[in-house]
Order: sequence, then C-alpha cells, then structure tokens
Amino acid sequence: MCVSVPGQVIEIDGTSGKVDVAGNTVEADFSFLPDVKPGEYVLVHAGFAIQKYDQAEALETLRLLREAYQVTS
Amino acid sequence: MELLAKGYRDEDLGRRILSRIRGEMDGAPTVRLMEVCGTHTMSIGKLGLRRAIPYNLVLLSGPGWPVCVTPGGYVDAAADLALDGITVITFGDMVRVPGSRTSLERARASRGRIVVASSVTAALDLARNEGGDVVFLAVGFETTAPTTAAAVLTASREGLNNFSVLVSHRLVPPALRLIMDDPDCAVSGFILPGHVSTIIGTEPYEFLADEFGVPGVVAGFELIDVLVALESLVHMIRSGAAAVNNAYTRVVRTGGNRKAEEIMAEVFEVVDTEWRGIGRIPMSGLAVREEYAAFDAACKYGIQVGGCELPPGCSCGSVLRGVLRPAECPLFGRRCTPQQPVGPCMVSTEGACAVSYKYGEK
Ligand code: SF4
Repeated sequence: MCVSVPGQVIEIDGTSGKVDVAGNTVEADFSFLPDVKPGEYVLVHAGFAIQKYDQAEALETLRLLREAYQVTS
Repeated sequence: MELLAKGYRDEDLGRRILSRIRGEMDGAPTVRLMEVCGTHTMSIGKLGLRRAIPYNLVLLSGPGWPVCVTPGGYVDAAADLALDGITVITFGDMVRVPGSRTSLERARASRGRIVVASSVTAALDLARNEGGDVVFLAVGFETTAPTTAAAVLTASREGLNNFSVLVSHRLVPPALRLIMDDPDCAVSGFILPGHVSTIIGTEPYEFLADEFGVPGVVAGFELIDVLVALESLVHMIRSGAAAVNNAYTRVVRTGGNRKAEEIMAEVFEVVDTEWRGIGRIPMSGLAVREEYAAFDAACKYGIQVGGCELPPGCSCGSVLRGVLRPAECPLFGRRCTPQQPVGPCMVSTEGACAVSYKYGEK
C-alpha cells in the first residue's frame, strides 16, 4: 500500500502526466510537484508523483559507499 | 535506473557492511531496533536479514502497516456501506481484513459492490462516470494522506457530490512517541520509514534523539539501504550517540514535500485517534475539516467508527509496539496462519506476523 516506485517523467499537462516506470507508462498526478519537467525522475505512490528522485545523489551515495567499503569490481 | 537499482542490491557491498555490523556487535549486549514501516518488514523478510545479522541484534516490526492498525469498526462500517448499495473503493489489502463482525470479503460475497484500486484517482473517475454514490476507503500514513486530500479538493472543485472518503489516516511520529513512552519499551533505535519521510521530511523525528536519546535513520528499501541504516544505528548505539540521520537522500529531503503537506493541512485537521490493538494516541490521526464535510463519508452517512479491540487471543497490539515477537503469540502458526488469519497482522502480506510466517522467522 505504501509501495512507491521511481520512474521518468514522459509528459505533463497541468497536474496530470505520464511516467515511465520500468518500461510501463503510468498515469500520475503532479499536484505535489508543480515544478517537475519531462525527463526528470520522480517517485510515484498511489497514482501521485510524491517526490523528485535525485539520480545524481543516488549515484554519488553509491560511489561513496563503494569507496568506503573498498568494493572495486 | 536499472543499473542504479542493481547497485543498491550489490551483495558484495552488502557482505562488507554486514561484516562491519558483526564487528560492532561482537560481544555487545543485545540491541533491539524497530523497523517502523511494513515495507521495511517485507524487505527485511525477503532479504533474509533477520538470519544474517548477529544473534544479539534483534529487529522488531513496528506499527507502520495501515491494515494492521485500522479499527475493526471501520471495516464493519465500510462493509455496511457496500451492502447499502454504495460503491466502496479500496486498496486491495483491506479486502480480507477481519472487522469486528464482518469483512469486505464477506460483504462482497453478499453482493456488496467493492472495487479494488491502486489510487484514489480511480474512485474519482468512477464517481464522474457513474451516477451512484462512491466511497473511497482512505487508509494509510503520511505518504497516502496527501493523495486523499488532493482528491477531496478535486471533488470539491468539480462539485462531485456523489464522491466521499471514509478516512482512517494515521501519523507515524506520534506512534513512535507512544512506543518510547511505554515503560516496557525495549527499542534502542529506529529504522524510519522512507516513503512517509518523502512527505514529512526528517524534522518530525528529531524528538527521538533529543528527548529520548534514541537514534533513528531514514532508510530506503533495497539491501544496501537497509544494511547502511543498521550499520549506522548500531554504530551510534555502541558509541553512545543519538541523532536522526537521513540515509535515503535520493528521495527524502530534510523539509519533506511542503506542497503535499499544505494540501493535507487544507483538507484535514489532526485529531486523537484509536489504533487497533494499541489504543488511543493523541494527535495521531486525520479528520476531514468542516469545510469539506460534504466529502466526508463519516458525516454524510452518520458513521461512528468504534471497535478497536482485536480478535480474541490475538496479540497484534504487543507485536506492533515491539513488546512481543510474532512467534511469541500463542496462536502464531497454529490457529493463525496466512490462509486462516485470526488477527490483522497476519492478513496483509506486509503484516509483521505474515512476513514472519512466510520467511520462517523465529
Ligand atoms: S499470530 Fe495472529 S493472532 Fe497472533 S498476533 Fe499475529 S495476527 Fe494476531
């Protein structure tokens, strides 16, 4: 029920739009993220985009972790 | 995106974090951590983490699964509406939950119209396209409550008078306070819910560290997310530090989502609420404001939700407060199984007892 999935914004028209979630196009309401643009990543929960998904941050966190734990592969 | 997801599931990295956790816990007194959110309970079960972590690190499941804490009387009221010819729209998980005297499943078998949907938007569409009354069962925490609020605003704007919501939304921070206030409380750190925090941010949890000296880490749901949170909690506890940290920075901002919170505050006011099996928690629930009473099913149909007791013998309340583990309930795996659930924690796939049963945890 609280499951939320990340996806890439395809298009937005007012508060409604479409998001690509793992290759599937899903409808999403953008009332909570008025300044998001197509191409950006968002987290979708129960039909609403609830927060921006920061891909750069995700990569950086992972890089730092791998460095801290000396994962090389 | 796929690559990233893979990175957060990297088992090699996972093993290294685990070995750091083992090092921290070596010879240490038992540490009890609570994962508040049902989705974490589910991830931890699926990943088999309870078995992989050291024996002196205990993970308890908290009250953060809506199905488990929704009063039986709420389920009864929803079933009655369906039997009165009203279309009831619900998230799938609610269908099997036992109420005090009936369930949605039973109402459906007696020809009540119950529609399962994954979004309140589907309820709005039904109300627009069909003439009859439509009631959406609005359960869930701060992640879901704003979506209900947005739908009420839409209905109000469109004058959609056959649409209303039966609200049983709950707030996470007051429940954590109740757990900490309990003299039997054995929790020394919290894995805080990632998706609730996308809305409320990290500030509402600060009291855990400030007032109770207990650390909390906001975490995501992949292997690496959970392990990083565990490592950080264990490290803080072992070194006598307490802070509330955000380890899910890719979607959680310190200030949460202001816009969603505004919409939620426009439609709802915060009220005292009963949690099934746990009792009344001050300022832990949401009620529709008077301005939007026309869209509040409780007002519209004169519903008073009672019935917060659990089925006889069920210990869900103690399980959800971290006082008992599922397997310590005398009915667990005997009279109560996912096929024949007695209490709400066994019904939903993300309920603490169901997860424990499925993944064979002791
Ligand atoms: S095992 Fe069943 S009866 Fe016991 S606490 Fe869990 S849900 Fe309730």
